[in-house]
Amino acid sequence: MQKATDMQTMDAKSSTVIEWFTSAIGRLIISLIVPGITFLVLWQGFIFLRESDAPKVVIAVVAIIWGVGGIAILYVVSNWLIEQMPAHWTRRLQPFVFIGPAMAILAWYLAIHTFRTLWISFYNRDGTELVWLQNYATIFTDRLMLETFRNNLLWILFGATFSVVFGLLIAVLADRSRFETFAKSLIFLPMAISMVGAGVIWNFIYEVKGVADPQIGLLNAIWVGLGGQPQAWTALLQPWNNLFLIVIVVWLQTGFAMVLFSAAIKGIPGEMIEAARVDGATEIQIFFRIMIPYIMGTIITVSTTVVIFTLKIFDVIMVMTGGQFGTHVIATQFYRQYFTNRNFGLGSAFAIILLLAVIPVMIYNLKQFSEREAF
Amino acid sequence: MSEKTGSAKRKKLVSDILVNGALLILVLMWTIPTIGLLVSSFRTRFDISTSGWWSVFPHREWVKVTERELGDDLDRDGVMEIEGVTGTFKEFRDGIETSDGKRITWIGNKRLGRIEIQENKWTMRTDFTTENYGQVLAGKEFEIRQADGSVKIEQGDNFWGAILNSITVTIPATLIPILIAAFAAYGFAWMRFPGRRVFFIIVVALLVVPLQIALVPILRDYTKLDLNGTFLAVWLAHTGFGLPLATYLMFNYISGLPRDILESAFIDGASHFTIFTRLILPLSVPALASFAIFQFLWTWNDYLVALVFIGAKPDVQVLTMRLAEIVGSRGSDWHLLTAGAFISMVLPLVVFFSLQRFFVRGLLAGSVKG
Repeated sequence: MQKATDMQTMDAKSSTVIEWFTSAIGRLIISLIVPGITFLVLWQGFIFLRESDAPKVVIAVVAIIWGVGGIAILYVVSNWLIEQMPAHWTRRLQPFVFIGPAMAILAWYLAIHTFRTLWISFYNRDGTELVWLQNYATIFTDRLMLETFRNNLLWILFGATFSVVFGLLIAVLADRSRFETFAKSLIFLPMAISMVGAGVIWNFIYEVKGVADPQIGLLNAIWVGLGGQPQAWTALLQPWNNLFLIVIVVWLQTGFAMVLFSAAIKGIPGEMIEAARVDGATEIQIFFRIMIPYIMGTIITVSTTVVIFTLKIFDVIMVMTGGQFGTHVIATQFYRQYFTNRNFGLGSAFAIILLLAVIPVMIYNLKQFSEREAF
Repeated sequence: MSEKTGSAKRKKLVSDILVNGALLILVLMWTIPTIGLLVSSFRTRFDISTSGWWSVFPHREWVKVTERELGDDLDRDGVMEIEGVTGTFKEFRDGIETSDGKRITWIGNKRLGRIEIQENKWTMRTDFTTENYGQVLAGKEFEIRQADGSVKIEQGDNFWGAILNSITVTIPATLIPILIAAFAAYGFAWMRFPGRRVFFIIVVALLVVPLQIALVPILRDYTKLDLNGTFLAVWLAHTGFGLPLATYLMFNYISGLPRDILESAFIDGASHFTIFTRLILPLSVPALASFAIFQFLWTWNDYLVALVFIGAKPDVQVLTMRLAEIVGSRGSDWHLLTAGAFISMVLPLVVFFSLQRFFVRGLLAGSVKG
């Protein structure tokens, strides 16, 4: 009798345990534990990769499989867990399985750190003393810092303008040529080249040798051939040496502008241009009165993208001059202050200024987005 | 009437020549820098440092025919007569042309110099080599055969290792954000949940945020987690920085897919996960490919993120870092720089040319990103 009641209580206990497991809280805890274990296993894999002395090729292959597979497994596991839950919980939580990882990464990599950087920028060089706006005061009064802004202005003024103008010019010319695809591919090609690689290419063009030696840099060879003295293009004639760096970025991003303009020009109805021609408009009139207004939207998009890109320019300057000879811009100053001078406050202040500069574009994007009915 | 069409034809021909001529000039301006690099990377170390790469094309140049030593009996400070021409040392050093089209040039210094008799000929400097590539790719030591037959050992630049590192960084840094973004885009496009609009507005706002803003705090977190100098650190960083654009592009595409496909799948009892993996992913291949090319080029060519997060560890360095390092330390070793730069360009160029169509499509859809 006693035994039977024992059995019964046991039964009752185990059934409550099972019940507990299937209850909402139990499910919640399991759904925390299983991803936890999965994460732990993946983390062990990571430690193995970091510490292993296996041949490089093996490590590379394992790392690729581990990295991509690991992320996929995390999704499968968390989705499986959610689907074990009661239907209305599944319905409620599943969206967060889908968007959760993305939002978490975005929060950790971009959103939260914006505020942390802002906070660091109010501190002194090693973060021990709160100095509020003093770093910003330094940036806006120091002569060397002001030079940085002047350079950024030059970059935007010349870099962005020439990219857009050349892009438009090439798009219009290519549209009327039989060699359109061929020409566009070649102009577009630098888009695939890294800025470091482009730096090497153009350093070679600007290379300077002594007066007596043959010039191996193309620009100096032409210059000397025309009767000039060999010049160190990227070092002398400040601030105009910046232009020789800007040329590189124009070379890189004109292809981008061209592709977008080309697509926009193809969208102009042929009858519109035909009608203008019949009415006796010249080609130049057609270009300015019909084409430009028609593709204005694209021109604005391309211009903002190109401006943001030039604003953030970093690699080219690092490789070409390292910021010497008065060529620093905001992004290189940020790197120099933070990593070379170890002035964390000032470095962060530069990053914040970079952010402030793109805020108008951000607002514009958001406005465009909220005007869209589709969402 | 016929005269009129004739003049119209002529006008069309003129404008054709103008358009194609202008286009040709622009295309040449855009391609010559790359051609110069490619040609130079195959020239010998000596050739690169003594003559421009364009001398591989046919050109007229003074070429040595014979040379001879000079006797001690010459009055080197006064006017000398050599090979039938007269002149001072300075004039000979610059070269004196003879009446039969030859040139007499003094090579070397005043006391021990010799004389070269040169002819102006059409020549090409086509002494090509692949040794530069060998040295740049080599791991530790690399043997260089000197002109006199002896062998010199030089330190290689270990680009092979850097290529492997670049691949290890690039492939997951391309695939991980695509996977995460595709899930998120599906969630935004086909699921209803509280905060959906707010979350998506955050994505749109983050599209233009410069990554510099986050580098510093992330570096601090990585230091605490002991992640610096690992592949995972770089993958996640590239994922974070590429994710806004990836999500935005994928959302635009996935939300445009026809609604009835999904509805009929739902009626058949398929779950969101099944619909996503079996239906949406295969349908989204064009959008996935567009972004993949984007992200691949971006991570392969990236310098800043790699510099910040793996800068301290030489054995995980990617290609762009190795190349930038040679620029900094041996900026005039053009035989290595040109070969190295070209190695770093090969894979992106192959990807670019084989998948250009997708890339352009991605550009057109994603031109809002900064």
